[in-house]
Amino acid sequence: MTRLRTLALSAALAGTTALAGAFAGASAARAAEVKIALVAKSLGNGFFEAADKGAEEAAKQIGDVKIVYTGPTTTTAEGQIEVVNSLISQKVDAIAISANDKDALVPVLKRAMARGIKVVSWDSAVSSEGRMAHLNPSSNALIGNMLDKLAADALPDGKGKIAILSATATSTNQNTWIAEMKKGLPKYPGLDLVATVYGDDLSDKSYRETQGLLQTHPDVKVIVAPTSVGIVAAAQAVKDAGKVGQVFVTGLGLPSEMAGAVHSGATKSFAIWNPIDLGYSATYLAYDLVKGEKAAPGAELSLGRMGKVKLDDGDEGAMADPFVYDSSNVDKFAKVF
Amino acid sequence: MSAASPPRAPDGVDLRAFLARREMLLVVALAALLAVVATRFPSFVTPRSLGGVFNDTSILIVMALGQAAVILTRSVDLSVAANVALTGMTVALIDAHHPGVPLALLVATALGLGLLLGAVNGALVWLLGIPPIVVTLGTLTIYRGLAFVLSGGAWINSFQFTPAFLSVPRAEVIGVPVLSWTAVAAVALAVVVFGRTGVGRSWYAVGGNPTAAVYAGIDAGRARFLAFCFSGLLSGLCGYLWVARYAVAYVDVASGFELDVIAACVIGGVSIAGGIGSVGGAVLGALFLGTIKNALPVVNVSPFAQMAISGAIIIAAVALNTRAERRRGRIILRPGASRPAPAAVAE
Repeated sequence: MTRLRTLALSAALAGTTALAGAFAGASAARAAEVKIALVAKSLGNGFFEAADKGAEEAAKQIGDVKIVYTGPTTTTAEGQIEVVNSLISQKVDAIAISANDKDALVPVLKRAMARGIKVVSWDSAVSSEGRMAHLNPSSNALIGNMLDKLAADALPDGKGKIAILSATATSTNQNTWIAEMKKGLPKYPGLDLVATVYGDDLSDKSYRETQGLLQTHPDVKVIVAPTSVGIVAAAQAVKDAGKVGQVFVTGLGLPSEMAGAVHSGATKSFAIWNPIDLGYSATYLAYDLVKGEKAAPGAELSLGRMGKVKLDDGDEGAMADPFVYDSSNVDKFAKVF
Repeated sequence: MSAASPPRAPDGVDLRAFLARREMLLVVALAALLAVVATRFPSFVTPRSLGGVFNDTSILIVMALGQAAVILTRSVDLSVAANVALTGMTVALIDAHHPGVPLALLVATALGLGLLLGAVNGALVWLLGIPPIVVTLGTLTIYRGLAFVLSGGAWINSFQFTPAFLSVPRAEVIGVPVLSWTAVAAVALAVVVFGRTGVGRSWYAVGGNPTAAVYAGIDAGRARFLAFCFSGLLSGLCGYLWVARYAVAYVDVASGFELDVIAACVIGGVSIAGGIGSVGGAVLGALFLGTIKNALPVVNVSPFAQMAISGAIIIAAVALNTRAERRRGRIILRPGASRPAPAAVAE
């Protein structure tokens, strides 16, 4: 039933795009414009709208690139499959997708690649057989290092005791980042990590654990929370304890959720990936491939103003350090995501 | 508080009888707990720190009182935390989008909406005769789902609230935050309702012996309905308090908190089988759980052990409860009375 519908739909699409193609073919031959499709998980999501802004920026910079920003209305793999089908018939040159499902999109993306379309995934990956390269917003090592740097930046001379407020004790992401953070600590000799506590990504438990930290380690100067629930709760607990200015909260959080903490002074700066840079870099990566660069382990590809990305054994690359937000830019980004 | 207690043990200075009373046992346990914590972290027992613990536990106390009413009637309300999430989200959205709405109106909205949600539970239990655990398991999902529908999954963050919304529960009156005073007021209300009103006494009657309650002219369904309303009302209030305290509203607010609330009641000696329990017990149960929650982080217990400790205490409390009930039940209900009881409830 659904299969029939999809068939009918793609037939209809093919029909209309054949017409469109007749026109497009003429203009493409004239300008040799590179059409890069940026596929979002869903439309109307601030994060992806911001990524589109970055993609447009990259297109403008490169010159002969046209961005087709599209995506399904809900975050479903089915919706993205239909979108990709229509992009194939539109004969785009490259597809850069943030996938709703790692595996479900593989067949349709394989079909796209068979037609000569370059496929990269970004933000949320597709399995390796369904894309040529994947762009991660950052890497675990970069995130760990950034957390160290944020803690050091919050201290007047980079010296003092710090503590970590994590999610659950078994959470893979946070544990990896904390391990990377500890690995990077020798680079910041002033930092003294005294405790790691777990708020379970519940605001009340995170708040209570922060209160506990303030009591058991009154000399802790920075609380690093690499979780968006924890960082908000910790900032509120520090504010309520009247310790703004003595204890700083930092870590990974979203600008819209952290704007209040930055205004109150409980947080000086925090980090998260920048969706604008991510859209920009994904566009550049797709463009590199269209221009004949090969995506292979060890290859170094240009990301324009973001520098270069080096692909690992799984053809995956990390864009950059997480982006730092402070009082100078948090309000601007709070409107975005 | 004695008015709210179940039939008094005969007066006398028998130490065993004294300790057998749950409130006394809890006070002793609480004191012992504080003493143990104090050996590892002395400043935990300073008045200021204990005030902080009480303030942190206020929401749990208020919700435990509502839950105690429901449990007294042989029911259980699993939807209380979802009620907090939905009412909290509602008042947060109103405050964020219409900053001109006075706080008093917002609190009234929270109370009203909470009462409505409780009444829905109560009505389903009363009129359709669906078991309370099933009803509230359903409404738990519905209420949280509605919070998602209302917010579209977005967070309401601290800077979107009006200053008054966030500051009132924190404001200090005679050195104690309004949040703590709210808990005190709720306890006072509960003492009156449980002990001095017909409704409160009917909860004990319906839970203790439904058959006898019906013969005494008590409408068991109505009593249960009102218990759910009481629980909903208090949960609604906590919806506002929770959001204001943590300065953030999102769909997963208070996720899993209903289990803490039920645990507080159970630790406080409110019998899951109904009919037994007191305001003092529920408050002490909440305080005991709250103290543990606050003490574990400062005594530096591993997060895995924390869960095990909380669980062990709940099991111990239930074991005590069943012992208390067995003595009571075997003697009074045995001769034929316990058999027809379920049939009478079903009517």
